[in-house]
Amino acid sequence: MSRVAVIACGALALDVRAISRARGWAVDLYPVPAPLHNRPAQIPDAVQAELERLEGEYDRVLIAYGDCGTYGALDQLLERHEGIERLQGDSCYDVLAREEVRAALEEQPGTYLLTDFLARTFEHTVVRELGLDRHPELLGDYFGNYTRVLWLAQRRTPANQAAAERAAARIGLPLEVLEVGNAGLERALETALAGAVRA
Amino acid sequence: MTDEEILQLLYEETLTGNAPAVAGGVNDGLAQGMPPESMLFDALIPSLEEVGARFERGDYFVPEMLIAARAMQGALDILRPLLADNESAQIGTFLMGTVKGDVHDIGKNLCNIMLEGAGFNVIDLGVNVPPEKFIEQIEEHQPDVVGFSAFLTTTMPMFKANINALEKAGLRDRVIVMVGGAPVTQEYADAVGADGYAADASTAVRKAKELIELRREKVLV
Ligand code: B12
Repeated sequence: MSRVAVIACGALALDVRAISRARGWAVDLYPVPAPLHNRPAQIPDAVQAELERLEGEYDRVLIAYGDCGTYGALDQLLERHEGIERLQGDSCYDVLAREEVRAALEEQPGTYLLTDFLARTFEHTVVRELGLDRHPELLGDYFGNYTRVLWLAQRRTPANQAAAERAAARIGLPLEVLEVGNAGLERALETALAGAVRA
Repeated sequence: MTDEEILQLLYEETLTGNAPAVAGGVNDGLAQGMPPESMLFDALIPSLEEVGARFERGDYFVPEMLIAARAMQGALDILRPLLADNESAQIGTFLMGTVKGDVHDIGKNLCNIMLEGAGFNVIDLGVNVPPEKFIEQIEEHQPDVVGFSAFLTTTMPMFKANINALEKAGLRDRVIVMVGGAPVTQEYADAVGADGYAADASTAVRKAKELIELRREKVLV
């Protein structure tokens, strides 16, 4: 059986694992730290390092990342690695619910998006990364232009719901919920994995 | 404190974003007769430039930059009235805004501070600015430069939309167009027909001055 590795943004890794299990795909998961999305210039190097580490060990490697603010640099890296693909889309919000996100941002440009992962990890992936724990006075500098938080609910469990509410309250914005599920991510993974899981 | 010590203090306290210390230093400097220009050009601006360099190198992240910018802003608020009139009128007016659909503004605000520090008269239209608003404000203020800022790949196309609107309003030749923001590159700026691009705030200041000078020379010829 062909061996498949998924190098995944830490923000997607748990979902990739859950989907793979449910679908019976045999994949090994290699997460890259999620906070890199705040420093996207470092993402290609981090992915490259994983690729080098895994070289020759797998029949196929998939990159569970969108462009993620690398503005083409991730694609340039993957061009040098034939047959290795990433998820289609600019960002994980795009992968989860492209059209809905577009419509929501058009309706209210001041929409701040949450995924399940962001909601659950908000205190460290957002609050601490942006320095709001040390400098609460910066809240307005960051979020002053925002009018709402829109949670792209993948799994609307009570725990996730509570986390999303806490996150929105933390930055003083009303919470709206859009249940998107994980179908978008599953489809994106399926497309990129098609060849590998069949083998 | 000697003047030299005050400059040193302003430089270091801006670097670490200690706003009260910076404001205190500026007031002390003024009290002992230091020229505002010296505090600005020999301490505050170089400090914020160093902040930008540290950000580029990855030594600083956004919060460090924001608190430094706030400290600088506080100093500018004190110095602005004292600097007014002498230089800014000659350097030029810069009209700045984040394009429609986009509300990222940290980079834009940083540019504004550096432009203002360098003596520009800056008019900030804020975020989510539609083309009509840019047109209306250009007609009203007759700026030398208009700056479009965008941070999302989905909003960058507004540069082109704004430039088309300028052409339609017959204003394209009357104003220098500069563009910037994290996803923007020189190639992209060229492709949409902007006059200038800059990757960071200090370069934006230099580029804006250059373009204004070029244009003034042309007008004279
Ligand atoms: C801070 C930040 C935020 C803050 C913004 C606060 C604010 N008020 O601006 C918050 C947390 C609110 C935020 C929100 C979002 N963000 Co954000 N954000 C960032 C982050 C981490 C830093 C951006 C920044 O401020 N940099 C610091 C400044 C100083 O740099 P700069 O912007 O490049 O500006 C400099 C130059 O570009 C230039 N410049 C800027 N403007 C101009 C104009 C002119 C005329 C000139 C000449 C020069 C110039 O000079 C500036 C100073 O040196 C980046 C990641 C990164 N490291 O780039 C993501 C990033 C930009 N965000 C991104 C995303 C996706 C979002 C969200 C959609 C996320 C969400 N969960 O909803 C929302 C946006 C929603 C919306 N409605 O718009 C993506 C964009 C990806 C893409 N393909 O478009 C990035 C790249 C993160 C990522 N890896 O995915 N974000």
